[in-house]
Amino acid sequence: MAASSKGNEKVVYVGDSRIRKGTSPNIPADYSAFPGKSEAFIPNFLLKEWMVGVVVLVGLLVLTIAEPAPLGYPADPLNAAFIPMPDWYFLFLYQLLKYPYVSQDYLVLGTVGVPGIAFGALMLAPFLDTGKERRFYRRPIASSLMILSLIAIVYLTKVSWDFYTHELRLTNTIPEHKLREEKAREAAEKGQERPNPMKKEKPAALVDADDPATAILKKAQCITCHAADLQGQAGIPALAGVGDRLTKEEIAEIVTNGRNNMPSFKEQLSTAEIDQVATWLAKQKAVQ
Amino acid sequence: MIKSIYNWIDERLDITPMWRDVADHEVPEHVNPAHHFSAFVYCFGGLTFFITVIQILSGMFLTMYYVPDIINAYASVDYLQSKVAFGGIVRGMHHWGASLVIVMMFLHTLRVFFTGSYKAPREMNWVVGMLIFFIMLGLGFTGYLLPWDNKAYYATKVGIQIADSVPIAGPYIKQLMQGGDIVGAQTLTRFFAIHVFFLPGALLAMLAAHFIMIRKQGISGPL
Ligand code: HEC
Ligand code: HEM
Repeated sequence: MAASSKGNEKVVYVGDSRIRKGTSPNIPADYSAFPGKSEAFIPNFLLKEWMVGVVVLVGLLVLTIAEPAPLGYPADPLNAAFIPMPDWYFLFLYQLLKYPYVSQDYLVLGTVGVPGIAFGALMLAPFLDTGKERRFYRRPIASSLMILSLIAIVYLTKVSWDFYTHELRLTNTIPEHKLREEKAREAAEKGQERPNPMKKEKPAALVDADDPATAILKKAQCITCHAADLQGQAGIPALAGVGDRLTKEEIAEIVTNGRNNMPSFKEQLSTAEIDQVATWLAKQKAVQ
Repeated sequence: MIKSIYNWIDERLDITPMWRDVADHEVPEHVNPAHHFSAFVYCFGGLTFFITVIQILSGMFLTMYYVPDIINAYASVDYLQSKVAFGGIVRGMHHWGASLVIVMMFLHTLRVFFTGSYKAPREMNWVVGMLIFFIMLGLGFTGYLLPWDNKAYYATKVGIQIADSVPIAGPYIKQLMQGGDIVGAQTLTRFFAIHVFFLPGALLAMLAAHFIMIRKQGISGPL
């Protein structure tokens, strides 16, 4: 270094700059205070930590290969039947908002109150728990608050998840990413091309469009929901092509007893009429 | 050759002390799992950082294919996952890594909490840690929307609705996140920018502060 520092100079600059040379070099505290076998961070310790890292990395890769990242169907803002679900680590907050006194009139307590106090206290923990004691079993208040919060988080997450699976069962819904995967597998097994959810399927043409059964569909107002051309609309399936998915018996069963948002027609239609409709709908196959 | 290049740079910039400081600082026995198996709890911070690096790298590769607009976002993710070589692996690592990093960060926070390591003189590092915690949750929330499937769309819609219900600030937060009257094109570009530029920038700054403080203060002593 080109410092022209003679020993008796008052101010010493670093090199040829105007930056003063510090008097006390910044030597971090060492660990001679701690008893036992210290070792250098690089490479000794880092190699050991890397071994732990490798175990985690292999775990992540196994998960990645065993379970492809889920992808459902393209976002449809008009899909009223979709059950919203945040990622798992938000579930406890989501579930919290479903309890009385933290929802409806008291929603502020659920959105700002409880989480604000909990996370605020966590953030300010060093200023709330100021004692010198570090061992958790000698800090009963701090430790028990944390353990209680952990139990609450686990509990709320589980309740939220159970409720979601229950809802799926009630509405007979298969999560979209599973449905999509299944369809792709079926197509692959049949040697067909993978279904592309971005391409609207070619609407199936109606078979026997002037069959007398169509009069019953008009009379029973089926077309207000399933559309006049029977191609369906947002949230309501098309009936054209329904014969590919359902048998005549299944269709009769759905029309008689309803399903989810599909009303029952026991009262409006006679068994003979339902049979006639089901027979005709079962014939609606896109693939002849 | 490499040595003389190094020496040339070192003469001018005096870089040796910088990396020597990191490399040579001693790691005490009580945090070394090779000496005490239970000390593996001290690895969670390092593991969080490891997964964070994986997230950044896999994320960089994802942006080579991802298109942040409502018409192409879904299709680009679908294409990446099923047509691009190793695309499924890259997306899988980013997807599962996002959960794993939360788990690791959570375990790290619990380690610091139960060993009382947040106490003086490390109060500031705990607060910085909590800020990192919120940034990570923000990354999780904004990243969830990007595939633009129904799950993404409705989770975001509900999330923004909840934010909207916060008194006074709510509608502003909603406007800031949503960018328009509905969760739509504006929301997606905003979430993309926040997920890919704003939050990682903030995260890197906070991580730097975190590590500098650890280096300055050393790891907390044995219990
Ligand atoms: C109030 C609107 C509404 C009316 C009126 C209605 N449906 Fe439906 N229908 C639905 C909905 C919604 C579904 C989807 C149910 C589900 O999600 O399980 C459905 C499903 C069906 C299905 C099963 C389709 C499939 O692909 O799984 C059939 C068959 C059907 N309806 C026939 C009829 C017939 C026949 C009529 C007239 C007698 C009728 N629907 C009238 C709303 C309606
Ligand atoms: C991306 C997230 C984070 C990374 C990569 C990270 C990384 C690290 C690393 C490598 C250490 C060294 C000790 C160890 O490995 O356990 C450390 C220590 C520490 N971390 Fe974190 N951390 C993160 C988040 C957090 C959070 C969320 C908190 C708490 C709110 C926190 C608080 C602390 C404190 C107080 C220390 C000093 C502990 C001691 O000296 O014993 N960190 N962090």
